[in-house]
Amino acid sequence: MSNPSALSNPKTKTWLQYLPSVTVLGPVIALVLASFYFATQTDRFLTPQNFSLILQQVMVVAVIAIGQTLVILTAGIDLSCGMIMALGGVVMTKFAEQFGFPPVLAILCGIGVTTAFGFLNGMLITRIKLPPFIVTLGTLNIAFALTQIYSAAQTVNISNPASPLLVFGGSLSIGGTVFNFGVITAIFLYIIVWFILSETAPGRHLYAVGNNPEAARLTGIPTQRVLLLVYTLAGTIYGVAAWLLVSRTGVGDPNAGQTDNLDSITAVVLGGTSLFGGRGVIFGTLLGALIVGVFRNGLTLTGVGSVYQVLITGILVILAVTADQLSKKK
Amino acid sequence: MTQHLSTQSASSLEFMPEKGKPVLQARGLVKRYGQVTALDGTDFELRSGEILAVIGDNGAGKSSLIKALSGATIPDSGEIMLDGAPVRFRSPIDARRKGIETVYQDLAVAPAMTIAENLFMGREILRPGILGLLKIIDKKAMLTEATRHMADLKIGIRSMTQAVETLSGGQRQGVAVARSAAFARHVVIMDEPTAALGVKEGNMVLDLIRRVRDSGLPVIIISHNMPHVFEIADRVHIQRLGKRATVINPKRLSMSDAVAVMTGAMKSEDLSADMLAP
Ligand SMILES: Nc1ncnc2c1ncn2[C@@H]1O[C@H](COP(=O)(O)OP(=O)(O)OP(=O)(O)O)[C@@H](O)[C@H]1O
Ligand SMILES: [Mg+2]
Repeated sequence: MSNPSALSNPKTKTWLQYLPSVTVLGPVIALVLASFYFATQTDRFLTPQNFSLILQQVMVVAVIAIGQTLVILTAGIDLSCGMIMALGGVVMTKFAEQFGFPPVLAILCGIGVTTAFGFLNGMLITRIKLPPFIVTLGTLNIAFALTQIYSAAQTVNISNPASPLLVFGGSLSIGGTVFNFGVITAIFLYIIVWFILSETAPGRHLYAVGNNPEAARLTGIPTQRVLLLVYTLAGTIYGVAAWLLVSRTGVGDPNAGQTDNLDSITAVVLGGTSLFGGRGVIFGTLLGALIVGVFRNGLTLTGVGSVYQVLITGILVILAVTADQLSKKK
Repeated sequence: MTQHLSTQSASSLEFMPEKGKPVLQARGLVKRYGQVTALDGTDFELRSGEILAVIGDNGAGKSSLIKALSGATIPDSGEIMLDGAPVRFRSPIDARRKGIETVYQDLAVAPAMTIAENLFMGREILRPGILGLLKIIDKKAMLTEATRHMADLKIGIRSMTQAVETLSGGQRQGVAVARSAAFARHVVIMDEPTAALGVKEGNMVLDLIRRVRDSGLPVIIISHNMPHVFEIADRVHIQRLGKRATVINPKRLSMSDAVAVMTGAMKSEDLSADMLAP
């Protein structure tokens, strides 16, 4: 008989292993350092008002990034998210304002359209086996064109300030910090999705599919159905983002969301989710969205031009992706 | 351990201690890929309580045979019987439902997920009642079950919440074998379970395979590693040119003669009766 300890774990855990990995720690350090720097540069940065402003500025991208995270966890990518959201926003505002639909029904129609687009992405990816990058590049253009045609490139105004379309614009104030309903909703969505991902069987299947699709298939997970569901659910989430955006801006804007695909991918990657699939935590994405928001806000307050903001965002993404790649190699 | 049957001759009893009834059989399996005939009417028989090794040259059709038996490919013709009754597997899931579990050569594990999650991948334990209907998983139950099961198989990994990618090759193999053993009701199939393992870890996996057999599950193993085959197998199925050349008794036939049959240098007709498995 050979030594039975050969299969036992030779290494004992050191305290080092309890530290969060560099992909999580890096962004947190970046956020703290940046906040510290901005606070020394302007006293308008570290105020409750500014904090709630940052939250409102990032909430739409943060919600889109939930869908993007689900997709990236399956080792996919969704370039169409921002355009799908814009279409949803135009549909819900036009249905309510120009066709006289009851606003709630109009909102459901808007979310229905974005869900259908997500479903279309999922069908093309799972049935015709096209790469997600190409599929969503195609649907990005389709959604953009449909939005422009349907709205005749006109912004849709909302006549009734009490319309349910604007419900997320409201807020409540706790100790001077204003909590916007949209922000609360976004955080609520994060909690729901975190629960699904970590505590339910379909959530774990999503990770398995992203981690090793062949193994997932062989263990009986309906991998194609999981993928279809993910893209469809992402579409639904973009619909909710559309409603948040309409509430925030007060209009249906056909030109909305044009950089949201890259912004959401930036948030996901900064949040430590691997582009190779199967690894990542949803709250990391929220952190990633906050980092983007804090940088934009801080740089604006310190008078740095928007071109430099783009530059810095680009550098951040490259750093995050590099960390992802290096941690995969090791 | 030895099951004495009065009708058997003394010599066969000596070398085939545990002769069970057929569990998984195949007759005349044919599988063609275009011009290539991977399986040319092969037969197969696995009996209860045994470890059956399948050996053969590259391209002899071992993997094709095992894939047909595990539902990973559908044979063009021929029949498969489980406990004497004909069965048809359209997918690995079909075979799994009948209690046939396969350890694939690449192990089919999700590296970033924990040992417990890998053991229960695709068949998570759900919480009782309404929470279960909502597909909420019972992490605690899965942890306890995983720990108990790994201990039963004497795989000494303490933490079931470790990611599989942090394990050594042998430990990963242990996880894959444990998963099959945990869910198999009938048969465990392993494709090259000791390939790419060091001597010590290879031996550990062999011990593990014996424990699986001793727990009552018959095991099919494909291997190119002759010393391992001859150490562990109760009978050895030799596959050649898409057919079963013969089934030999590894206690009686030398390794070099088995290889000679495998390569065609020696005809199976030339083997004496006691070298063949009963
Ligand atoms: N999917 C396939 N498509 C085409 N030909 C195949 C396929 N699978 C197997 N073959 C062919 O069938 C024959 C038998 O292959 P098989 O993989 O069963 O052999 P094997 O005994 O497992 O060999 P090895 O020891 O190299 O793993 C080979 O000639 C192989 O090229
Ligand atoms: Mg093979």
